[in-house]
Amino acid sequence: MEVNLKKDIFKVAGKSLKSRLIVGTGKYKSLLETAKAVKASGASMITVAVRRVNILDKKKPLLSDYIDPKKTIFLPNTAGCFTSEEALRTLRLAREMGGWKLVKLEVLGDKKTLYPNMLETIKSTKILVKEGFKVMVYCTDDPLLAKKLEDNGASAIMPLASPIGSGLGLQNKVNISLIIKQSRVPVIVDAGIGTASDATIAMELGCDGVLINSAIAQANKPILMAKAFRDAVISGRNSYLAGRMEKNYFATASSPSEGLI
Amino acid sequence: MAKIQLNGKKVVINSKYSILDLLKKYNLANKKIAVEHNGVIVPKVMFKKRYLKNNDRLEIVQFIGGG
Repeated sequence: MEVNLKKDIFKVAGKSLKSRLIVGTGKYKSLLETAKAVKASGASMITVAVRRVNILDKKKPLLSDYIDPKKTIFLPNTAGCFTSEEALRTLRLAREMGGWKLVKLEVLGDKKTLYPNMLETIKSTKILVKEGFKVMVYCTDDPLLAKKLEDNGASAIMPLASPIGSGLGLQNKVNISLIIKQSRVPVIVDAGIGTASDATIAMELGCDGVLINSAIAQANKPILMAKAFRDAVISGRNSYLAGRMEKNYFATASSPSEGLI
Repeated sequence: MAKIQLNGKKVVINSKYSILDLLKKYNLANKKIAVEHNGVIVPKVMFKKRYLKNNDRLEIVQFIGGG
């Protein structure tokens, strides 16, 4: 098992990650809690947002004061962007901040569902790839559009399990499976995961990774939930690699019938 | 004196103030930030030489928690 695990490396855009769990850093009570949860999750990559510095409070600590970008990979996102222009501006600023070329693109289309606007997303992906970015792309679970993203140079396909922050879990296993089967770049389920078992299900389907934020940050005990997700992702991956037994409609006895008294 | 828009707020600064001077004033000189000057990203090496003038728009951004 150990040997197997060592060979099973998760690579995104040429970077090897120790964990298949990527965590978001929003919605925590404090930066200290964020840092503790990230540590407990075992994640080596975290998503971060780009926002204005609060100029009225000079002493306000920064996220990078609590989580060292040299030890944990920061994946800048474009959360809150509703047009290609906004997303591009955000990621160009993120790149300037510290040379980040590996980014997470999300262009939203609707305030109520935060559903991705795929037309703007594809447009932005093309431009970013041309500018030398490595783009992990948040998207719908439509296999055709996922393929289109891959054809346009996306470094990872990140279909939603269900709406962002909804906690509804994996709603369309069939589509996610189709995307996994056809993709040559990593498939990472992003958004909507509610609890640890949802992550296991995604990993058992054969996803390369999962991205979790709200399910950890909004748990009663976020740090304990971060640990639960760490183990859930490992279990799901092992289960996928092990290959599950076949399903049967009738029983098959586990004990041999030979020598029955 | 010069009036500029800093992160959407009106701020009065000394004339002959560079971006670096402004960053120092807000304790941001050595932080992980990026600067946009009148809609154009300013490379870090230019902070010292780029002076601010009346009606300039400046955006200073950082990484915060996000999903």
